[in-house]
This record gives sequence, C-alpha cells and structure tokens, in this order.
Amino acid sequence: MLKRAFIAGVLAAVVLFGVSAAAHHGAASFDTTRELTLKGTVTEWIWANPHCFLKFDAKDDTGTVRNWAVEVSNPTDMTRLGWARTSFKFGDEVTVTLQPVKSGAPVGRLRNVVLPNGSTLGTGGRGGPPPPAPPAQ
Amino acid sequence: MPKHMLIPIVGAVAVLSFTAIVGGQIQPWNNPGMAQGQNQLQTGPAAAAPKKDLTGIWDAGGAGIGARGATPAPLTPWGEALGKTHKAGDGIRQSPIEDINDPLSTLGDPEGFPRNLLFELRPFQVVHTPNSVLFLYMFEKRWRVVWTDGRQLPKDPDPSWYGYSVGRWEDDTTFVVDSNGTDERTWLDNAGNPHSSEMKVEERYRRVNQNLIELTVTIDDPKAYTKPWIARNKLPLRLMPPNTDLMEMIPSASEAAAYKKVFAAPGK
Repeated sequence: MLKRAFIAGVLAAVVLFGVSAAAHHGAASFDTTRELTLKGTVTEWIWANPHCFLKFDAKDDTGTVRNWAVEVSNPTDMTRLGWARTSFKFGDEVTVTLQPVKSGAPVGRLRNVVLPNGSTLGTGGRGGPPPPAPPAQ
Repeated sequence: MPKHMLIPIVGAVAVLSFTAIVGGQIQPWNNPGMAQGQNQLQTGPAAAAPKKDLTGIWDAGGAGIGARGATPAPLTPWGEALGKTHKAGDGIRQSPIEDINDPLSTLGDPEGFPRNLLFELRPFQVVHTPNSVLFLYMFEKRWRVVWTDGRQLPKDPDPSWYGYSVGRWEDDTTFVVDSNGTDERTWLDNAGNPHSSEMKVEERYRRVNQNLIELTVTIDDPKAYTKPWIARNKLPLRLMPPNTDLMEMIPSASEAAAYKKVFAAPGK
C-alpha cells in the first residue's frame, strides 16, 4: 500500500514536470511486462541523438556472454537528469535494470544503472504513458 | 496528516529534489532547457507585457516535446492515403522501432515547419530586426525568418522545408505569423500526421506578460484535412534568463544511421 502510494507520488511529479526520456518512439517494440537486472561490463557509451546507448557485456542464464545495447533519451534530456558524456568508460562494472525488446534480442531500454562507485543513474521514471495528445479543436 | 496522504508527497518531493540536485550539475554552456523541471524560470512577479516585443529565450518545457503528436481534424481521402505510408514512432501510427520511417529520426531530414512547433519544441530565441523577426531554435539549431516589412505571402511558392512566413502585430501584444510553401515530405508531428504543400499555417504569439507567451497554431490544409484545426492551443512559453547558453541538439543523418544499426535493426 505504502509502496504503491510512494510510486503514485513519483509518477505525479513526473507527469507534472513533463519528464520524457524517449521522445521519438513509444513502447511498441518493448516487452513492458518484463524487467531484467544484469551485471555487466561497459563496452561503449554512445552520447548521441536521437537516443544515447549503453553497450555492455553480460552473461545470460547459460553463462553465454551477450553484448547488450540499451537506450536512454537524448543528451539534452539526460543532461537534465544528471547524466553526462563522461558517465561511463570502457570496462566499467555496472548493474543495469532494463526493459527488453519482445524479440529476445539483447536490446532494451534502460531503467536505471548502478555505477562502479555504487551511485545510481535513473531515467526519471520513464515507462508510463506519455501525456495524452491535445484534443482536436 | 494521514500516512496515506504523506507518502505520495514524499515520493513527489524525492523526484523534485533529485531534479534540483542534478540541476546544479548543469554547466553554464550546456543548458538543456526546462523540459525536465522548472528551475530555470524567471522568478518574481511578472511585469506587464512590453508592446510589440517578443525578444527573449522562450521554453515550453515538457509540453513542447509532443511525443504522441496532435489530434487533427478528419483526413480527406488524399490525406488518409498519405498518412498510411507513415510508420511513426508514437501516437496513432505507432510502429515497432525497426519499422519506423520517420524522415527526421531515420534519415536525418530536416524536421521542417510546422513540425518544429509540434514536436521537440525546445527552447528558442526571438530576435527583432527592422524588417523581420527571427526565430532561432535550439532543436536542430535552425532558424526561421518571419518578414514584417509588409510583403505578402508568395502566390505559388516553391516548397521548402521551413516554408515562407510573414508576420504582423494584430495589437500591442499579439504577433500573428502566416506561412505557406511547405514541403509535403515533412510530417506534421511525431504521430506522422500528413500535410500537403498547399497547407497554410497561422501562429499566434500572445504576450500575456513579461514572462509568458501563449502560442496557438492553426492548420488549414483542405487537401489533407476536412476542416481547419488547432494543433497548439495557447501553449505556454516561459521566458528564460537572458544569459541562458543552450546546448546543441542536432539530429544528424550519421547519428540516425548509427541508431538504426546499433539499436533498431538488432532489436528486430
């Protein structure tokens, strides 16, 4: 109950302040019912439009290493959320919580990431529906 | 206060505190605008609107992004046919990422006008000159010239990405811009709503006071829509400090290609 109430407050603030962490596309490709948390090693951090990407190696359930590509929003939005071009470097050990695509490919959208120093970078609660379109006049 | 009321407030405060904290990390040279918060507004009581002056840096915040697109008037058969070819990232034509054919995000084409008012309307600066008003947009780092020297719109303009625009003061605080000559390769918004090159667009900038403008955008395109419709209705634009140094936000063609290679195609 309290957890749900807390989340409701977070979502209210997110809606109020218009957080949008993936502006140009919606959730059509993602399995919105699943979240994975993976420990991995950063292979690349791409700070670019229309979306930034974190690429990292992580083992799956069978011990096979897969190279994941997970997106966040653009540099403008991520700067506002405290991220930077220098947030990651090759070889960083990170723990990534992500929402995977439906196809099973090692691709998804990042929800939060725990950095080597133990701090967490988030995406501002992205995952809920964007604000509704304005009505026709 | 009952606990069930207190907890949501704590959650909201947590988010806002986070915003304030990370806001402090923003460098003077990379201000991203207030799309994620409101800590960059001009503060204090607003003075009265100056006469016939839009000078300043204006920001619609999160409302300017328009991820899902507008809800237009009903389409004509021509508009319906064109709209069906648009595989959009969001809104009523939302498609899986690998199928999206948005010319902006997949090709790096110019966003075009009036989509730049309906999607990713990030902060922009207005500059007055003796015979024009210039709009300098953070997104794409583009500009538009709105002629104010009394000329009329061209009768048979060559289509262009950002069209042709003339402006006039309707009264001391309302600046009206009329445009035509748009290129129908561009989309109207992020939902892939279409338009024809015969479209006319009216923008109304009403300066409510020193710190606030309301923007209304009307689309009149009888080839694509059965009637004129309002795409932005009194969208609040708030004045940012005059020394705001906006960061670059350019959706380039090479980055669009990299996005497809790294993310969209492998996700299929």
